[in-house]
This record gives sequence, structure tokens and C-alpha cells, in this order.
Amino acid sequence: MIVLEKRQQPSPWMGYLSPLLSIALTFVVAAIVVSAMGKDPLRVLSLFTLEPLNGKRAIGEVMLKATPLILCSLGLAFCFRSNVWNIGAEGQFLLGAIGAGGMAMWLTETGLTEPGWLWVTQALLLGAFAGAAWAAITAWLRDRAHANEILVSLMLVYIANLLLSYLVFGPWKDPKGWNFPQTLRFADSLSIARLGAGMRVHWGFVVALISAGVMVWLMYFTTLGARLRVGGLAPGAARFAGFSSRESLWTVLLCSGAFAGLAGAMEVLGPMGQLTPHVSTGYGFSAIIVAFVARLHPLACVLASFLLSIMMIGGELAQSRVGLPASVSSMFQGVLLMMLLTFDSLIQYRIKWRAQTSKDLAKHA
Amino acid sequence: MANGLRLSLKAISKSYGSLRANDKIDLDVKPGSIHAVLGENGAGKSTLMKLIFGLLKPDEGSIFLDGKEVRWQSPEHARTAGIAMVFQHFALFESLSVAENVWLGMDKSWSLAAVAEALHQLTRHYGLSVDPDAFVHRLSVGERQRVEIARGLLARPRVMILDEPTSVLSPQAAQALFTMIRTLASEGCSVIYISHKLHEIRELCDDCTVLRHGKVTGRVDPRQCNDEQLSALMIGSAPPPLVRATRAVSNPIVTLNALSVRAFDEASECLNAVSLELAPGEVLGIAGVSGNGQGLLLDLLSGELNSDEASMRRIDGHIFFEDRAIEHLGVRMRRRLGIMAVPAERLGRATVPELSLADNMFLSESKHMWRLDHESLYQSAQNVVDAFAVKASSPKALASDLSGGNLQKFIMGRALALQPKVLLVSQPTWGVDVGASAQIRQQLLALRDTGAAVLVISEELDELFEIADRIHVMYAGHLSAPVKRADATVELIGQWMGGSWLSSEDVSKGKPVTVPFEG
Repeated sequence: MIVLEKRQQPSPWMGYLSPLLSIALTFVVAAIVVSAMGKDPLRVLSLFTLEPLNGKRAIGEVMLKATPLILCSLGLAFCFRSNVWNIGAEGQFLLGAIGAGGMAMWLTETGLTEPGWLWVTQALLLGAFAGAAWAAITAWLRDRAHANEILVSLMLVYIANLLLSYLVFGPWKDPKGWNFPQTLRFADSLSIARLGAGMRVHWGFVVALISAGVMVWLMYFTTLGARLRVGGLAPGAARFAGFSSRESLWTVLLCSGAFAGLAGAMEVLGPMGQLTPHVSTGYGFSAIIVAFVARLHPLACVLASFLLSIMMIGGELAQSRVGLPASVSSMFQGVLLMMLLTFDSLIQYRIKWRAQTSKDLAKHA
Repeated sequence: MANGLRLSLKAISKSYGSLRANDKIDLDVKPGSIHAVLGENGAGKSTLMKLIFGLLKPDEGSIFLDGKEVRWQSPEHARTAGIAMVFQHFALFESLSVAENVWLGMDKSWSLAAVAEALHQLTRHYGLSVDPDAFVHRLSVGERQRVEIARGLLARPRVMILDEPTSVLSPQAAQALFTMIRTLASEGCSVIYISHKLHEIRELCDDCTVLRHGKVTGRVDPRQCNDEQLSALMIGSAPPPLVRATRAVSNPIVTLNALSVRAFDEASECLNAVSLELAPGEVLGIAGVSGNGQGLLLDLLSGELNSDEASMRRIDGHIFFEDRAIEHLGVRMRRRLGIMAVPAERLGRATVPELSLADNMFLSESKHMWRLDHESLYQSAQNVVDAFAVKASSPKALASDLSGGNLQKFIMGRALALQPKVLLVSQPTWGVDVGASAQIRQQLLALRDTGAAVLVISEELDELFEIADRIHVMYAGHLSAPVKRADATVELIGQWMGGSWLSSEDVSKGKPVTVPFEG
């Protein structure tokens, strides 16, 4: 029987090294898989590492894709720190997109498009609100009915997806859109200003960076952050100290819902300019990986978002340039998460082999 | 049997990293002897027993069983060679019967029926009273212990190790256990009895090896020693006697009047019409075997359980603080009134193990500004460390890095720094060494002498007799009437710990009752 034995003294520097080792090993696995598919692994490797950073435009794309990942992962890291397992950022992201997109559509139809910055701000806030409201369903069911937040938040992703499809296939479909499932294109003034010419990345990226700073402050320099951290580390101690578990549940879920919703709103008001069934390319799920690669630290979330963003773009490049299937890139993300979790376990535990005894059976009682 | 010894350890050493848990320990156990291994927590008793039982391998030294050197590969190996061990924490399947539990641990040649029959015989022979067909989840802690003992006995051991067996027993149940141990020893089985309760060792054992800081500090005949001599060997010096002043008792500050707590699921503890009065300037003791509702009583008084956040429970009745009903107030509101609790679980409840002492100071604050003031937390942790002689490298040390006694000193100090009007303490010296215990008890008395009300929940009768002014006993969710310490005897309290003051009707009421869920 293989047993995991707790290490007396987990190595502290391995904690920092393990994300790097995981990335390296992911590349090794990727190279093997790519070779087995008959492609040149070095070429694919360069597509995944060098090509996405080649030139101003390319870097702008990396920043653009990193923006929703940063926002979603900040909220998720906040939740996970407090032992609230919200894995439905994807759904909250979609609701944010629906909220902001719906408002932009209505504004475009009614011609209320100036001043653009004011309406954009309001649409973004509405998106954040919609995301928070979607997360509130999870919080409410967990609070009132002791429902498992993992299941509830995940199921709500599918509902959000169907809701979006219903809207763009049905009532919100652009009448002049050749029957494509999409809304009309929003007025030009209703898009978030870009950071520079020749780049698609917009001011939302700056907002995401500021958010990371705010989260650092909230988690480590406020009493609210301290209360939530205690609740995540030792629920018994939080009860002893009189910190309400309901308060933390609602705080982290609303906060992370708002971040994901804001990310969704930025996506439709930024690069998309309209609502389609494909607003998200799985940002909400990838953000789970980001949060863990970052060890739930807000600043590390920014770096890890860049990493994932590069992987996503690399995957697209590999698809178009050497014909790798799109699923390979999500597989690499999965491998990365697996590597990371394995390393984490091995930092805390060592593997031992020993013969099974009846004592072991009794021990599990 | 070359030298006539059943078990002999020669210069056994075992280190964990830089900590030398056992340092050249010699232990000689004669056949049929009841041999005490005495020492404070952390003296190395548990490590030594694990070495004897094959759970650990010694770094140096050798073990001889009946004169032959043995090297255990596993506990299984030690067990087949005739060594049995009863741990403090039991390893039983709740949902299986006694016989099934025992059968699972036996080698495969036994049938279930044979095991049940063997259990019946043991029952008759040793007066163990274990019903092989009973389900474990129905059994009390004492009964569970008997199952573990029976499991060990079935292997016909030549050495039986008992690790602090009376910590979960009432005095009467402990006497029954002693009878069993004496019978076992009279049949030639050697018993190694681990404890830090001196009077038990003097009553039961005929030989005693004392450990301190991983070394043997003495081998004595406990029947020839008094408590002072034994504790001098154990801690290096006898603890100073407690000083207590007498005080006039005033009106109660906290009153419970027939307060009941019902759980919505069957497994949880209940409280049945519990009444008590806690007055300023007194130490009120709550005796009883753990798990009879003490935890609930503490939560109820501290505010962790209140009628606003009852978590699947219903609370009937009132808690009065002075003249104000407070049963709906949460922990922080009650702290502002001056009620502070020190729960028994030091890690994970009274402190967060992964956080520093400074960060753990945060847990006892009742008012929060928006900004987390790291500096003032650090300073107040430093003050507690200094004022209460906590051995910690700095306030930045992690709570999990402190020894049990030092952590408890820190937790007590943190509570006392709030200058509470009412201090609620559960198991104040559980697992704490003798020196720190004496300090903590003296602090409780000092707090009482300043006019605060102190409630102490403890399993250790000695402790309650030492510091309490009045004693209640808890059993099956019922609280007995109080008895003044001067009028209390170990026999009386011991009987009450078995619920003898209750009619059978009351006791059945004490069993969990399912009530309809009312949201």
C-alpha cells in the first residue's frame, strides 16, 4: 500500500520553486505529446514561448487576455483563502458580459451613446453587479440550505451559458445580422479606450493591476482580510474569535462575483464590441489554475495570468500555424495544474511504500 | 529468561531532528510486575512506548524480550511476539459491533463466532463487562477502552502497555480498571502503566521508572514514595503550594436558569435544564468525563453558540449577565461585557497554528478598526510573552512551534490581559507539564482574588479540588447541584460523574432527542 506520510519540516524554498518546476515539467510533457503527434516539438515550443512575446502587438494581445484572468483569479484566490470553493467564475463572468452587453445594446438602440466614458463606466459597474448577483445565488443557497458551493457554482456556469445562448439566439439577436447568433455591434463610443495605437489591450488592464494592489491591501493590511484568513486557516479559531462565517461567505463570494462580472463586462465592451455565444474562452476556469499557480497571492495572480495568457495564445498559434488541435492547449493547462498540485502534495508529504496491515484498516475508523 | 526480566531496554536513544526524545534509556520490567513510566508531557514516554511497540525504530540501543534481543519490523511483529498496547485514542469502527471490531484486528484464522466467544470468556475472567454484540457508537468512552483492552488481551500478551488509561474514566471506573490490571499481572503478564497521576501510580504500581527530558531520572518503588519525592524526580523540584485567599461571595454575575439546548440531529450533544450561578470572586468547577455536554456549556456561555447563530440547535431559556439576558449575543459582544473564554483545543481554536503569536493576538480583540495594526498586535503579544513567562523566540514564532504548556500560558495570558470579569476555562492544564500547570492554576486563583468570576471545566478532579470553591458535575447533558469544596469528596463527585444523582427518567432525557426543524 502506498501511504503519504506528513513531512516534519516542509522545505520552504521548494514552495517557491514548485511553480517553476511545474512549468518546466509541463513543457517536457508537452514536447512528448507534440512529438507523438508527429509535429516538431521545438517549433511548437517557440510558438508557446517566444512567438506570443514577439513585438508590441503580440504583447498587447498577451495583456488583453491576461486582463480577465487577473480579475477572475483575484476573486477566486480571495474565496479559496477563506475556504469557499467558488469554481463558477465562468458563470459570473458570463453574467457580467450579459449585463454590460445588454446595457450597451440598449444604449446603442436608443442612441444614448454620449458621453461614452460615463456610459462605459456604468455598464462596467452593471456587469460587476450582475456577476456579484450570480455569485449571490451560490452564497444564499450555501447560507440558507447548506448547499455545497462547489456544485452550485459549477451548475450555475451551465445555466449562465444557456441564458447567454437564449438571449443571442432569441430576443437579443441583431435583426440585421444575417441570422447569426449575436447582438448588434455596439456604438463606437461604448468601447473601453485602448492603451495605445496598434494594440487591442484597453484600460481594463490597468484596472486589473490596480485591483491586484487593492486585494493585497485588503488581504494583508485590513482586519477584514485578517478575519477571512483566520476563517480559511482554522474555522474553529474563527468561531472562537467571533468572526462570522456567514459574513466571510458573503463577502468573498460577492467580491469574487463582482471581479468576474467586471472581467466579462470588459470583454464585451473591449475587444468584442457585441455579445456572441462565445464571449468567454474559458477564462473563469483557467483562472482557477491561475489562482493555484499563484498560491492564492494577489500579486502572483498577475504573473500567473501572464503565463496562462501566453499559453492560451500559444495554443491558438499552434492551431493555426502547425495544425495542433485546440484541445491540446487546454490539455497543457490541465497538465500544469496537475503538476502543481502534485508538487504541493509532495512538499507536505512523502510517499512511502509499506505492506498493508489490519492495523491500517482499524486506523481509518 | 537469562536475567529473569520480561522486557529489558538497554541504552535506547531516539531523536527527531535535533530533539533527543529518548536519551540512553534503560528500562527493566519483571514478569507480572505493574511498572509505571512516569514523566511530564514531553518527557519522552510516548516515544519510548512506540519503540517498544514497534511503531518507531530506535537510533541506538537494544530491546530484549524474555532475554532475547528483538528488532521489531512493525507493530504487527511486536504484537505476535506478545506485546499489546492500548492507546489514549481508540481506533474503532463506530458502525460495527464490538466483536466485529475485535475480529478485524485479529489474524485470519479466527472466526467471528470464536472472537465473540473469547470476548465472553474474557468478560467473565477479568470482569471487563464488554457486550460483544453491542455497536461501538452506542458505547461510552470507558466501554470503548474496555474493547481496546479486550482486543489486546485476546492476543495473550506477555507485556501490556496502557497509555494514560484513566484520563477518560471516572474514579469508580478507574478502580474497576485497576482490579483488571491486578488480575492480569497476577497471571504473569507484565503491565507498563504510563501516567503522570502520582496517586494512581502509588496505589497500583510496584515499580516505577521516571523520565525527564528524555532521560531516566530515577527508578523507585512507588509504594515507598510520597508525592513530593515522585514529582521531584519528575520535574526536578516540587511545585510551590498554591496560595488562596478567602473571600465573601457576592451576588451572581452570570446566571443560567433551566437552560436547554436541543440538537436537530441525533448525534450531537444536548443540555437539559442546566442551572448555575457564577459569582464574582469564586472559582466554579465543572467536573465530569468529557463529552457529557461540557463543550456545549462553554460555547453557550462564551457566545460561540447563541440563539442568533445556533447552527442546527434550539436554545430554550435565558443566560443572564448581571440582569441582562445575553443568550442572543455573539462572542465579540460578550467579550465587550467582560466575558472571555479559554477553550480546551489550543491549536485550531484558541489559536491558528499557522499564524504567529502576534497575529494570534487578533483573535481575542473584540473591536476592529479597518486597518490591521501589525505593530500593536506585535507589542501586545510581546507583553503577554514577557508577563506570563512564555518560552517563545519572539512574538513572530508560530503558535504551532510552541510546546503545549507554553502555548497554554500564552493563551491564558492573552485572556487575562483583557482583564475579564468572567473567565471561562476548559481543561486549563490538559497536557501541560507540572510547572506550567502550577503557574496557570495560581493565575486562575489570582484572577478570582481580584473579584472576577472564574468557571473551570476540568476532567482532573485533583485540579478542581485544588482551585474550585464550588463544584458541579456534568453527566449526559445534566448539571448536578453545586457542592462546596469543603463538603465534596472524591467518592461523591465520582458517583455523580456516573449520573447517580439523576433518576433513570432524567438520564433517558439526557440522550439526544430529535426535534422538528424550525429553520
